[in-house]
Amino acid sequence: MKMKAWNKSTKSNLITYGMVIAAYVIMEILMKAGMVSSLLQGLLVPLCTYVILAVSLNLVVGISGELSLGHAGFMCVGAFASAFFSNYTKEAITVSGLRFFLAILIGAAVAALFGFLIGIPVLRLRGDYLAIVTLAFGEIIKNVINVIFLGHDSKGFHISFKDAFSMNMEPDGEVLINGPQGITGTPHDSSFLIGVILILITLFIVINMVNSRTGRAIMAIRDNRIAAESVGIHITKYKLLAFTVSASLAGVAGVLYAHNLSTLAAQPKNFGYNMSIMILVFVVLGGIGNIRGSIIAAVVLTLLPELLRSLNDYRMLMYAVVLIATMIFTSSPGGQAFRERYSLKALLGQKKQEKEAK
Amino acid sequence: MALLEVKELGISFGGLRAVDDFHMTIEPGELYGLIGPNGAGKTTVFNLLTGVYKPTDGYILLDGENITGKKTIEINQHGIARTFQNIRLFNELSVLDNVKVGLHNHHGYSTLTGILRLPKYYKVEKEMDERAMELLKVFDLDGEAGYKASNLPYGKQRKLEIARALATDPKLLLLDEPAAGMNPNETQELMNTIRFVRDEFHMTILLIEHDMRLVSGICEKLTVLNFGQILTEGETSEVLNDPKVITAYLGE
Amino acid sequence: MMGFISYLVNGISLGSVYALIALGYTMVYGIAKMLNFAHGDVIMIGGFVTFTAVSGMGLPPILGVLISVAVCTVLGMVIERIAYKPLRGASKLAVLITAIGVSYFLQNIALLIYGSNTKSFTSVVSMEPLSLADGAIIISGETIVTILACIVIMIALTSFIKYSKSGRAMLAVSEDSGAAQLMGVNVNATIALTFAIGSALAAIAGVLLCSSYPALTPYTGAMPGIKAFVAAVFGGIGSIPGAFIGGILLGVIEILGKAYISSQLADAIVFAVLIIVLLVKPTGLLGKQIQEKV
Repeated sequence: MKMKAWNKSTKSNLITYGMVIAAYVIMEILMKAGMVSSLLQGLLVPLCTYVILAVSLNLVVGISGELSLGHAGFMCVGAFASAFFSNYTKEAITVSGLRFFLAILIGAAVAALFGFLIGIPVLRLRGDYLAIVTLAFGEIIKNVINVIFLGHDSKGFHISFKDAFSMNMEPDGEVLINGPQGITGTPHDSSFLIGVILILITLFIVINMVNSRTGRAIMAIRDNRIAAESVGIHITKYKLLAFTVSASLAGVAGVLYAHNLSTLAAQPKNFGYNMSIMILVFVVLGGIGNIRGSIIAAVVLTLLPELLRSLNDYRMLMYAVVLIATMIFTSSPGGQAFRERYSLKALLGQKKQEKEAK
Repeated sequence: MALLEVKELGISFGGLRAVDDFHMTIEPGELYGLIGPNGAGKTTVFNLLTGVYKPTDGYILLDGENITGKKTIEINQHGIARTFQNIRLFNELSVLDNVKVGLHNHHGYSTLTGILRLPKYYKVEKEMDERAMELLKVFDLDGEAGYKASNLPYGKQRKLEIARALATDPKLLLLDEPAAGMNPNETQELMNTIRFVRDEFHMTILLIEHDMRLVSGICEKLTVLNFGQILTEGETSEVLNDPKVITAYLGE
Repeated sequence: MMGFISYLVNGISLGSVYALIALGYTMVYGIAKMLNFAHGDVIMIGGFVTFTAVSGMGLPPILGVLISVAVCTVLGMVIERIAYKPLRGASKLAVLITAIGVSYFLQNIALLIYGSNTKSFTSVVSMEPLSLADGAIIISGETIVTILACIVIMIALTSFIKYSKSGRAMLAVSEDSGAAQLMGVNVNATIALTFAIGSALAAIAGVLLCSSYPALTPYTGAMPGIKAFVAAVFGGIGSIPGAFIGGILLGVIEILGKAYISSQLADAIVFAVLIIVLLVKPTGLLGKQIQEKV
């Protein structure tokens, strides 16, 4: 009985890994055959970014049970820290693989640090208050990055919060972070393959963590905080752990994102609360706490507006309608009753009963 | 030496004196009952003993150690585990995992070990599975180990809560109305289980209960609480025949 | 000094707009226990309706405002009926995502009708600016009207809730909707009424906001919506005086921050103040402290 349950979850996880690998192989074959439009090819790395973001956010929203609306902020931190590093060491480290590997570590570490520092005050709050404060932190990160000017010359680093000119650099100086214009000239190190590998690593970390002593403690706190305390579970420690790991993985997504663009700037559409909300939509539509669902939702909902491109102006409207309809269908009491009555299982069961009656 | 010694314990919520001058001495291995009418402050005493509330006055000694004002987590680690009047299980987790959460502090490996699936992970998880199944067997829940906790029937949920509390390897077990909502057969079975737990685990048990059949059937000593103060205490048979107690329960 | 006073007045004016929007947030939260993320977009719709009526059809401004209030009131009730009512009893997160869907929907409807180009909104206020201290402080007509409108609306709303039967029903539902239903309060009608009032206020806020800051796009409502949400949380979500105080404070902080610290960091300052307030008082300035019973 118990062994069976264990195998079931292992099997389910293997399917998740397999699904990602299969999707990669199929895409590669299609691309070799020239059957993939350049538009879709351009979407592959962002798609990997969104999948990592969705899976990592699910760790906080689904597993830890806290509504965070600031995930894009951690992505932003990871993106800028790593892009800065890669730009600065472009000449020093010429092996792009090694440089990118270090960039990923730096992006993950800086985002983890931010997650940890923000998590300490934020995780004292509950529910909607936590949601609004995470949103606030995300916006602050985006706003502050927009006023940072950082340059380097023979005398070392210069920083200003006003404009590039105020850094008083020598003529040989190079502006590395240029306020609202952000970082230009980041090496294009990201690729679809690396994106898929990072997805697999993210899955490995999240899935194994959830199915361990740590994951049980986190979920116990989610299900009943007072009971978890009564059996000696350290609430703050585990909440903070989930939040930090999630932030760190969002940072990795940011690294992938930043090294796919020649110009990285913190704008509302890529690092604002709208981005955080979009990721949350992936998580919720994929099923709270359902890792595989997050992946599928991220892929489908990113491709959906592209597939609806022929509808042109109506596509985002369609997207909104699909979103509302899905929520009503899957989550409303009426929708659930409807699904139970008309689900495939129920219909098959009915047929069987009818047959037996005959 | 007494396992639990409580002296002059009191707490006020604003102007309300919820518990006043409460004292209690429980010897190791005793089955002790805390009874009293609704609103007498019994659960508040539990909350004081487990650090949910900080006492305004008095002190609590567990096994000679002062645990007054400590946090819930620390008190659990010192050896007090409890169940709740309104059942608090980890509803989305399996029955087995509920108990394994209780084992958390006794079977450790780091988060990194868990993520990287080092050999220690498999070893400790196996130990935890075995220990958890042993505990579930005591409560006849081993057949439901893979079920979601919220899918258990009510009576079994109560038992699972006790199993989870025992998993933390306490010295003192607090049961808050364990028989609430059970039918007479289930209550009888529960009484046997509680006695079994005491004998098998050499456990000291303090319980709150309204079911007098259970109280008189298994408790050796009683403290009666009324309006936040001790009405009387002593051997079960003496206390239950005390006219003061009868009045408190039935009214004048 | 004169500069400070005029910034302060402008801040109170912007804060009045936030307060009006925050009222809608806070009332809906108090009664339906949901974050109506689409509330900000109702402001934008309010702005566009007035824009069409006044600049497109040449109607007098006051009529434009009335039409806008009527349209938004109906819109609020329709949104509630179609999108939120079926989800009553569903998880909070499901309702939040639906509200986000509604927000996308409203933005894209506006995008389809009006396009993405910025429309220049003609102010509905024709009052002369007020000149004080020999012209050292000039307060625009829009500013005065906005502040007055907010005060009048606050007084009207507070008395409505205190003295009318429907108002007291709203209080009862926000306290305990189950018990209110048992006492014979029509919970569905009360929630619909709340959305109607909230959306009407949003329409007025939209018109006032666009009169002071005339650039109108389909995304005009998004950021003020978020800020008003912050204002509501700041003051203690669910509390009507809290929304008012939160809104005014937020507007003042934003304008002073813009003037004296950094215009780019003004939003960051607003959010930082919110964080600090919530860390000190986790349920906002006037919010109720709720303790879980063990």
